[in-house]
Amino acid sequence: MSVEIKTASIEPVRLTFDHLEARIGKGKAATRYQEAVHDLQVTQNFHYRPTWDPEFDLFDKRRSAIVLGDFDQLLDPRQYYYAPYTIQRARQQEAQDGNFGIVEKRNLFSALSPEWLTNIETLIIPLRHFEWGANTNNCYIAATGYGAPFTSTALMQAMDRLGVAQYLTRLALVLQHQDPQCLDRAKALWLDDPLWQPLRQLVEDAMVTKDWFELHVLQNFLLDGAIYPFAYTQFDQAITTHGGIAYALTTEFMRDWYTESVRWTDSTIRVAANESQENKATIQTWIARWEPRVRAAVTPLAVAAFASQATGVLDSIFTDLAARRVKLGLMV
Amino acid sequence: MADRKLGLKEKYQLMTRGLDWETTYQPMDKVFPFDKYEGIKIKDWSKWEDPFRLTMDAYWKYQSEKERKLYAILDSFSQNNGQLNISDARYMTAIKLWAQGITPLEYYAHRGFCHVGRHFRGAGARVACQMQALDELRHAQTQMHAFSHYNKYFSGLHQAIHMRDRAWYLSIPKSFFEDALTSGPFEFVTSISFAFEYVLTNLLFMPFVSGAAYNGDMATTTFGFSAQSDESRHMTLGLEVVKFVLEQHEDNVPIMQRYIDKWFWRGYRLLALVGTMMDYMLPKKVMSWAEAWGIYWEENGFALFNDLSRYGIRLPKYHEIATKEKLHITHQAWNVFYTACPATGFHAWLPQPYEMDWLSEKYGETFDRFYRPRYELFGEMEKAGKRFYTNRLPFVCQTCQVPDFFTEVDNPMKQAVRHHEWRGMKFNFCSDGCKDIFVNEPEKFCQSYIPPQQIYQGNAGGARTLQEYAAWLHCPMGSDAGDYYSSDDYKNWLKWHGGRDTSPTTAAA
Repeated sequence: MSVEIKTASIEPVRLTFDHLEARIGKGKAATRYQEAVHDLQVTQNFHYRPTWDPEFDLFDKRRSAIVLGDFDQLLDPRQYYYAPYTIQRARQQEAQDGNFGIVEKRNLFSALSPEWLTNIETLIIPLRHFEWGANTNNCYIAATGYGAPFTSTALMQAMDRLGVAQYLTRLALVLQHQDPQCLDRAKALWLDDPLWQPLRQLVEDAMVTKDWFELHVLQNFLLDGAIYPFAYTQFDQAITTHGGIAYALTTEFMRDWYTESVRWTDSTIRVAANESQENKATIQTWIARWEPRVRAAVTPLAVAAFASQATGVLDSIFTDLAARRVKLGLMV
Repeated sequence: MADRKLGLKEKYQLMTRGLDWETTYQPMDKVFPFDKYEGIKIKDWSKWEDPFRLTMDAYWKYQSEKERKLYAILDSFSQNNGQLNISDARYMTAIKLWAQGITPLEYYAHRGFCHVGRHFRGAGARVACQMQALDELRHAQTQMHAFSHYNKYFSGLHQAIHMRDRAWYLSIPKSFFEDALTSGPFEFVTSISFAFEYVLTNLLFMPFVSGAAYNGDMATTTFGFSAQSDESRHMTLGLEVVKFVLEQHEDNVPIMQRYIDKWFWRGYRLLALVGTMMDYMLPKKVMSWAEAWGIYWEENGFALFNDLSRYGIRLPKYHEIATKEKLHITHQAWNVFYTACPATGFHAWLPQPYEMDWLSEKYGETFDRFYRPRYELFGEMEKAGKRFYTNRLPFVCQTCQVPDFFTEVDNPMKQAVRHHEWRGMKFNFCSDGCKDIFVNEPEKFCQSYIPPQQIYQGNAGGARTLQEYAAWLHCPMGSDAGDYYSSDDYKNWLKWHGGRDTSPTTAAA
C-alpha cells in the first residue's frame, strides 16, 4: 500500500534544454549538475582579444598543450555545483568547528610535549602559505582553463584552499593562546628558513606556469599528493602516538577534503590522458619534470619530522603517488 | 597562560592578510603581470578595506542555508505547476530575454572575477573578488535551475545557449561583457563592480526581480531575493574598489574618470533592453523606465557622484543625453522588436488598450504624439491581415551593437547616426557616447563581431534571408519567433486555462 496524492498533470512540451539533449539524448531529463555546468562557457564569435593576452581569444583551447575534442568531458565525479558544494562544506565546517571547540575547552594541546608543539609550529603552520599558493594556482586554472565543468570546480578547489589556510591559522592561534606572533614566526620560516625554501621556490615557479592543465597536474596531483600525505597522514600518525589527538581533531577537515578532492583530480587527469597518446605523453613529461622537485621540496620537512625514518616515509608517500599514476594509465 | 581576545576585525586580518608574501624566486611583476599596464598606481595594497570580512567557513555556512531554502522552493514550484500562476504567457518574453541575455553575463562575471581574483597583487582584494566569482557562478547555475521548469512548457529557452553566441540582439550584452573581461583588471572591476553593479544595479537587477514578483513568477522572485544579499556584497565591493583606487594616487583620477564615462554609457545602452522589458514585456507594470531613471539615476546617481566629487570625479559624460532620451528609447526599441521578432527567440505584440493608456499616462505627449500613432497603424494592418514584419537585418552600432534606432535628442523624427574613419575604414555609431568609446580604443573596437555583417558575409550557416537566419538561430516562426498571438506559447496557454485568455486588463498588480 502507498499513499496516493492526485495532482493535475500537464504534459511538458520538452524535457530539457537543446544543448543538454544533444549530450544525453532525446526524451531524457537532465540532472541539475548537467544543467549547472554544461556549455556555460562561450566558445565562439568573440568580440575582442584580451588586452592582457592578445595572442589568444578570451577563452582559448590553445592555452594548454592538452587537446580534447570536448573539454566538457572534464567532469567532477562529486557532481558539485554551487548548492551541493556549499552544503557539503557547511557540514564539514560545522564538524570542524566542533572539533576546535573540544580542543579549546579541554585544552587538549597541553598533552603534547614541547618538542611536538614545536614541530607543529615549524613544520605545519607555514603550510598556510603553501595553501595560499594553491589558492592562487587554482584560481588561475579557474580563470584561464577551458570549459565550465572544469573551471567551475577549480574555483571551488581554490576556495577550499583558502579555507584550509584559515583552519591552519586557527590551529596556530589555538596552539599559541591567540598570540598572533606565532603567525609571523611561521611566515618568517616560510620566507627564510632553508628547510622551507625548496618548497617556496617550487610554489613560486608554479605561480608562473602558464599551461593550466600542467598547473593542475603540478599543484593538485603532485604537490598535494606529497604534502597532504606528509602533513595529514604521516605527521598525524606520528603525533597521535605522542598524545597529539588535538592535532588529529584540528586537521580532520584537511584529511576528509583531500580524500574527496583526489577523486576530481584523478578523474580529470584520467579523462585527458585517455583521450590520446599525445595527451598521455604530455602529462608524463610534466610529471617527469616536476616530481623530482616535489620530492626534493618535501624531503627537508620529512627529515625534520622523522629523522632516521624520513626515507621510509618519503618512499611510502611517493610509492602511493606512483600507484595512483599507474592507475591513471601514466608511466614515467 | 590566559588566551588573548582577538577582535573580529583583527581575526579576519590574520585569516586573510598574512597569507601572501613578496615572492623572490620569481619576480612579483612576473607573478602579477597584468596590474600595471593600465597606468593605475597602487602605492599600498594594505590600505584596501575588506568589504565582506567573511572567512570561508562563514561563507559556506551562510550560503548553504540560502541554497537549501531556494531549492526547496524551486522544487515546490515545479511540483505545483507554478508556471500556470504567472500573470500571462506574454510575461515569458522577459524570462526568455533573461535566460538568453542575462544568465550568460553571470557566467562571464564569474570568469572575470576569477581573473582579477588571481591577478590583483593585494590579498584582500583578491579574496573579495574570488568570493564574488563564486557568487556569480551561483547566479548562473541557480538561474539555469529556476528557468529549467519554464523551459519544459514554453519556447525560447531551449535554444538559449545556442542563441547566446549568434543572435543579433544578444551581441549587445555579449559584447558588453567581453569588453569588460578583455580590459585590464582595474577597468574590469570599475565596469562591473562599480558602473554595472553599483551605479546601475537598481535599473538592471531589480526591474527583473520586481517584474517577476508583480507577475506571479515565484521561481524568479525567489531566486532574486536569495541573490539579493550577494548583490549587496557586490555593491559594497564596487564602491570600495573605486574609492581605494582614487585614494591611492592622483594620477589614477583621469583614468578612472575615463572608465566611468565609458562604462556609464555602455551600461546605459545595455539598459535599453531592460527598460523595454519594463515598459512592454511585463503584463503587470512595476514602474516605467522613465520613472526608474528618475529615481535611480537622477536622484540616487547624482547623490553618489556628489559624494565622489571630493576625489575629483565628475558626473559621467553624456549623462544629460541619457536623461533626455528617457522618454523615447523604450518605445523605439519595442518598435524594432515588434517588427523584427521573426528573427528573435521571443514573441512580440502590440500593447493592449490598457497598456496604451498606461504608456500615455507615463509618457504623456511624447508617447501620444510619436509612438501611439505608429502602434495604431500597425493595429490596423494586423486587422487587415497584413501584420508588418521587417525583412531586413538591422544596421548596428560598432560599439554598443544596438540597432541604430535611436533618434537625435532634440528631434525624435531624425535618426541619430555618427561616423568615424579609422585606417581607411568607415565605422558607424548610434551616438556621440559610442563614437567616443571607439575613438579612445580603435584597436579594440574595430574587432567587434557585428552579427548582421557576419550574416551577409555568409558566417551564419550561409543564411541570406531573415527566415534562413531565424532557422540558423533555431527560432522557427510560430514556435519560437514571431507574433505572440500566433505562437505555440499562446495556444498552449489557452489550452492550459480552459480556453480563457488570462491577460490582465489593468497595469496595476
